[in-house]
Amino acid sequence: MEPALAILIGVIVAASLYLMLSGNMVRFLFGLVLLSNAANLVIFVGGRLTYAAPPLVPEGLYAPVGVVANALPQALVLTAIVIGFGLLAFALVLVHRAYQVLGTVEGDDMRVAEPRADKG
Amino acid sequence: MLLTAPIIISFLTAIACFLARHDRVAQRWLSLLGSIALLIASFLLAAEVIRHGPIAAAMGGWLPPFGIVLVADLFAVSMVVISAIIAVTTTIYSFGEVTDGEERFGFHTLLHSLLAGGCGAFLTGDIFNLYVWFEVMLIASFGLLILGGRKEQIDGAVKYVVLNLISTIAFLTGIGLIYGATGTLNMAELRDAIPAIENDTVVLTTAVIFLFGFGVKAALFPVFFWLPASYHTPAVVVSSLFTALMTKVGVYALIRFFTLMYDTQMPQMQTMLLIIAAFTMVVGVLGAAAQNSIRRILAFHSVSQIGYILLGLAIFTPLALVGAIFFIIHHIVVKANLFLVGGVMTRLTGSEDLAKIGGLWRRTPWLAVLFLLPALSLAGLPPFFGFWAKLVVIQASFEADAYLYGFIALFVGLLTMYSMSKIWMEGFWKAHPNPSGAAALSLSRNELALLVAPIVLLTVATTALGLFASPFFDIAVQAAAQLTETDAYVRAVLGTLP
Repeated sequence: MEPALAILIGVIVAASLYLMLSGNMVRFLFGLVLLSNAANLVIFVGGRLTYAAPPLVPEGLYAPVGVVANALPQALVLTAIVIGFGLLAFALVLVHRAYQVLGTVEGDDMRVAEPRADKG
Repeated sequence: MLLTAPIIISFLTAIACFLARHDRVAQRWLSLLGSIALLIASFLLAAEVIRHGPIAAAMGGWLPPFGIVLVADLFAVSMVVISAIIAVTTTIYSFGEVTDGEERFGFHTLLHSLLAGGCGAFLTGDIFNLYVWFEVMLIASFGLLILGGRKEQIDGAVKYVVLNLISTIAFLTGIGLIYGATGTLNMAELRDAIPAIENDTVVLTTAVIFLFGFGVKAALFPVFFWLPASYHTPAVVVSSLFTALMTKVGVYALIRFFTLMYDTQMPQMQTMLLIIAAFTMVVGVLGAAAQNSIRRILAFHSVSQIGYILLGLAIFTPLALVGAIFFIIHHIVVKANLFLVGGVMTRLTGSEDLAKIGGLWRRTPWLAVLFLLPALSLAGLPPFFGFWAKLVVIQASFEADAYLYGFIALFVGLLTMYSMSKIWMEGFWKAHPNPSGAAALSLSRNELALLVAPIVLLTVATTALGLFASPFFDIAVQAAAQLTETDAYVRAVLGTLP
């Protein structure tokens, strides 16, 4: 299962790079969503995969019995998803605002802070 | 308890400022009180670390390696102290600059959240926790950057946000890979776990991913473009805060990773670090030489200074690490100060563009002195602190037979002098192109006191650090020794050596 997921991660990263390099900020955001999901998958696969074995401790015991799923990557991914969601929401609003103020979503045309004719 | 104090104080201040957001006066007092409390707490923590060596505490009673630990060694604690000093100067200067509206929209809340993130990043002993602190800092910095919402701020923020988000995702991917390879996230455990990985490719791949992730944050060549695109856009006090803390957290993480966990002496790694350091120094200073606006010169120049710090890390002799630590402290104090001076210059002359200003030497000779002292320190002239910082790094590179890099560092020092003298000649020496317009711009006595007090404070610190460098040198030597001899760090975290 791990090799298949590794290939999937590769495909997602390739797609996200394609989107991010387009220079259009909206496409860039879609690329960013994909890339952050690829990173989450890396953590998930890094914890090794098990089939249908939730990490639950039976009643009366202190440790789960037998082989169970690694709970730590799930906690990490959950944290990363929450943080990623917050950052993405901010980035989305920022790009929207940039479109209102600067009138463009093309990265190359955003030259207010660094004017092209800057002789300095 | 002492270990968590800087983080808790900052968060409590942030919350208190948020609750008091409708009352400008109360908010200001709370903010100042929080900064001073942070300063006191950081001094107490530093005293503790100097007395006992590295100290660690497990959070929530979960013992390492399962729980998250906070660790303070000398390097971490000196970063916390210097952040607290910057917190105080930033708070005071903001009273004279930040508008009512910006304060209402949470300037002080964001400022203290950013400080909490910074202190957390310096003190944590867990790599995933480091990621979380980075994000706390990042989101607070986004807020500070766009506060005010001017056109060029939005423009700069887009580039800042875009590149920093990619870097955090790279960092996160690195964490996933290293967890998959070693099964731990605890830095002290990783010290022995990473060299034990049999597959060299895994080690090198993760090392490069971390180098990229932190490199973007630290503004290393060739991934520094977000810095000169954004640092001149927000309020001056925010520029000053960012140049002091944001890039330094990246550099701090680089030094922590490549002293504690990764072996910088890996041949490919060392060559790469040296080349990146050289390009960062040269490109940054050339970029500064080409600019003509105060804050853009200073922003580009910050990039070149990061190169010196990385050079110290890349050479990796004890002396070179001392130089790197000296340089971080020096750059924080001096560059934050120069941004503040630039802000006062702009307020007195009406523009940041050097072609449109002038005549400040005649009008305000005291400001000229306050500019000249840190500027000379930055250029590395004795007896200022910058001289010692540069001397140690260059001496270390000559001792390690890295002559080429030593000469590059010297040459970059000359170009620094050029950039600083440009600001001096244009801003202070030549007459103002429109004298009657400039004379109309004056600051009230109150405003002036608030703006100049932090500058005086930082200038005194720069001069004192230069004149009485020897005790600080001793502390830096000890801090560097703790970075190379990591046994004390590991023992503080795990209780025993594995």
